[in-house]
Amino acid sequence: MTVELKERVDVGQILQERFPSCVVKSEEFRGDLAVTVRRDGLLEVVSFLKNEPQLDFDLLLDICGVDRLGRSPRFDCVYHLRSLSKRRLIRLKVPLDENDPEVSSITSVWKGANWFERETYDLFGLKFKGHPNLRRILTHEDFKGHALRKDYPADRRHPLARTTDALTTWPESVGEHPERMVVNIGPSHPATHGTLRIQAVIEGETVVESDSEIGYLHRCFEKMAENHTYAQIVAYTDRLNYCSSFMNNAGFALAVEKLLDIQVPERIRLIRVILSELTRIMDHLVAIAANLVDLGAITNFWYFFRPREEIYDLLEACCGARLTVNYARIGGFPLDVPESFVEMVNEILRRLPRFIDDVDRLNTKNRIFQGRTRNIGVMKKEDAIEWGFTGPCLRASGVEYDVRKAHPYLDYESFDFVVPVGTNGDIYDRIAVRMEEMRQSMRIVKQAMKRFGSGPYKIDEKTISLPEKDKAYSDIESLINHFKLVMEGITPPSGEVYSYTEAANGELGFYLISDGGPKPYRLKVRPPCFPIFQGMNEMLKGTLVADSIAILASLNIIAGELDR
Amino acid sequence: MPNQKTWAEKLQENWFTTKLETYVNWARKSSLWPMPFGTACCAIEFMSVLSSHYDLARFGAEVLRFSPRQSDLLIVSGTVTDKMAPVLKKIYDQMPEPKWVIAMGACASSGGFYRAYHVVQGIDEIIPVDIYVGGCPPTPEGLIHGVMLLQKKIEKEKGKLLSVRD
Ligand code: SF4
Repeated sequence: MTVELKERVDVGQILQERFPSCVVKSEEFRGDLAVTVRRDGLLEVVSFLKNEPQLDFDLLLDICGVDRLGRSPRFDCVYHLRSLSKRRLIRLKVPLDENDPEVSSITSVWKGANWFERETYDLFGLKFKGHPNLRRILTHEDFKGHALRKDYPADRRHPLARTTDALTTWPESVGEHPERMVVNIGPSHPATHGTLRIQAVIEGETVVESDSEIGYLHRCFEKMAENHTYAQIVAYTDRLNYCSSFMNNAGFALAVEKLLDIQVPERIRLIRVILSELTRIMDHLVAIAANLVDLGAITNFWYFFRPREEIYDLLEACCGARLTVNYARIGGFPLDVPESFVEMVNEILRRLPRFIDDVDRLNTKNRIFQGRTRNIGVMKKEDAIEWGFTGPCLRASGVEYDVRKAHPYLDYESFDFVVPVGTNGDIYDRIAVRMEEMRQSMRIVKQAMKRFGSGPYKIDEKTISLPEKDKAYSDIESLINHFKLVMEGITPPSGEVYSYTEAANGELGFYLISDGGPKPYRLKVRPPCFPIFQGMNEMLKGTLVADSIAILASLNIIAGELDR
Repeated sequence: MPNQKTWAEKLQENWFTTKLETYVNWARKSSLWPMPFGTACCAIEFMSVLSSHYDLARFGAEVLRFSPRQSDLLIVSGTVTDKMAPVLKKIYDQMPEPKWVIAMGACASSGGFYRAYHVVQGIDEIIPVDIYVGGCPPTPEGLIHGVMLLQKKIEKEKGKLLSVRD
């Protein structure tokens, strides 16, 4: 990631000159470029953005809807695109009318658009012309209405009274080949490590085709976010990727801070880096351990769960919770790290390498391990980008993209670390990349510990952070301040930002729209698992049933983040 | 034979008298076979309860069975959504009698802080629950306490003896 941008290209202007009739306007807010496009021109514009070498927007990050109730046209369909080589981000907005909310599907441009468009259809009722399979994805078949519309009450349920059958229609190929059969895995199955459901057509031991169904853990995060204040939402973000909660907290806090246009002091940034990297290690420990268990190597599970408990202890000492830490706040932390912090982190750093090395020695050169992981579940570089992969799964395929290097936040540019990449994109590479990332994370934590000193743990700004507890009890001004912040909340200026961090599974983005009130107008999460799980069915084709379980585990799909 | 014991002595050594019901309850409570229905964050803490540090085996409940037909304790750990609800019901129905249910965590007990359009507001909407364990997620100690409470409950159960023919 050492591409230097030679020329500053004004993408908005290029688009406006090239498509004068369909580009309505382009604006910039907090460094994000947003271009409004008429719906008839959308396909042309995205194809141009993707194929024009000078622009090269190769990664489709996210598609989502926004309901501007009361405005005409009522809806916006929002696309986030990224150029990996040019390190640019663009947001396209397509306004759609309430009576005819239809726009062309861009599945012909990016395969990965499929599920995103289905989600937008499910939650907003926007339609996509030319979509191959436009049906609900997160909510169930009997759900009525579109839950993220502003006029849909947050708690109106439609209980499902029957078990739904096979995912799509019964695969036609089974009828023609009597030797084929359909195997259903999930949504409650030990091998899926969560509420995922895969249905595979198999012939003998080989998977011929497969499809997957999600939404079994759709907990309405985005609707909940619209109904809670910014400070309250931090607790909900814990439950996205619950194996590495703190990183979600920090990512969300950064998004709101970007909207508020504030930068927290260095010590806070350092603590965030230290805890984020330790959480990343924790997440990788679980991912690798679970993957190895699925390969039959259960010893590693016990080796890896030991140091994980130690990191839990550190988190518990910081905030009192083990799993759902709820520890970052907008503008800092709710309370300072404990006195034993330095000592505990150093102890973790001292003990951790042994466990990693042990597992490394047990596996990496092990013939059985190699036989079961090499050249299995291969995802080629181009395909990985096409599907929208990020994080370790993308890097295993050989793309050196890491948000921490490409778009540094929290001073990541000042740390010395390398981004490990794979060559093949198989299970072996994915495990190897995660193993190396843990070592690199330790390097970062070590450097951060050197700089760690005393200082504030939250910013001193009345409208953002709560006063110290003892002050709230002893002086009237702090008490009023405390009361106002709790009852009214933080009110960022109106505007919209897309803020993104490198979470354990890839780019975790928060697209945050504020109307100036104490609750977000809209909060869309860009979950790294979502596109990865979508691309999985392609990997499964032609593999053995036993391998498909190993492939699934190597992707580390966390249902909380996948379904939100 | 100088050491020959009388019948009365023998009986005292090798026998005890109790009610059949008490005896069966004791056997049942000491060998629970849980079926983990883990959907979300709570399931991660459930894993901690099972592994070496907290070790559920100390309470005779470590034989996990992922098949409902082989288990008698359903531990629901995590949020249950409307889409998932029929699956949970089906699994519960497949479990043979006698069976018990623990709702682990706020979500399974009451929907937790998800008062939302796609979340079941407590699994007791669908299936009967014996023990509710609070917490988000409950600490491992919390769940162990729940299992112990269930054992106490089983101890006192009446009228659940099945005849030989059943
Ligand atoms: S109770 Fe809390 S920890 Fe448990 S599943 Fe619900 S949100 Fe997750």
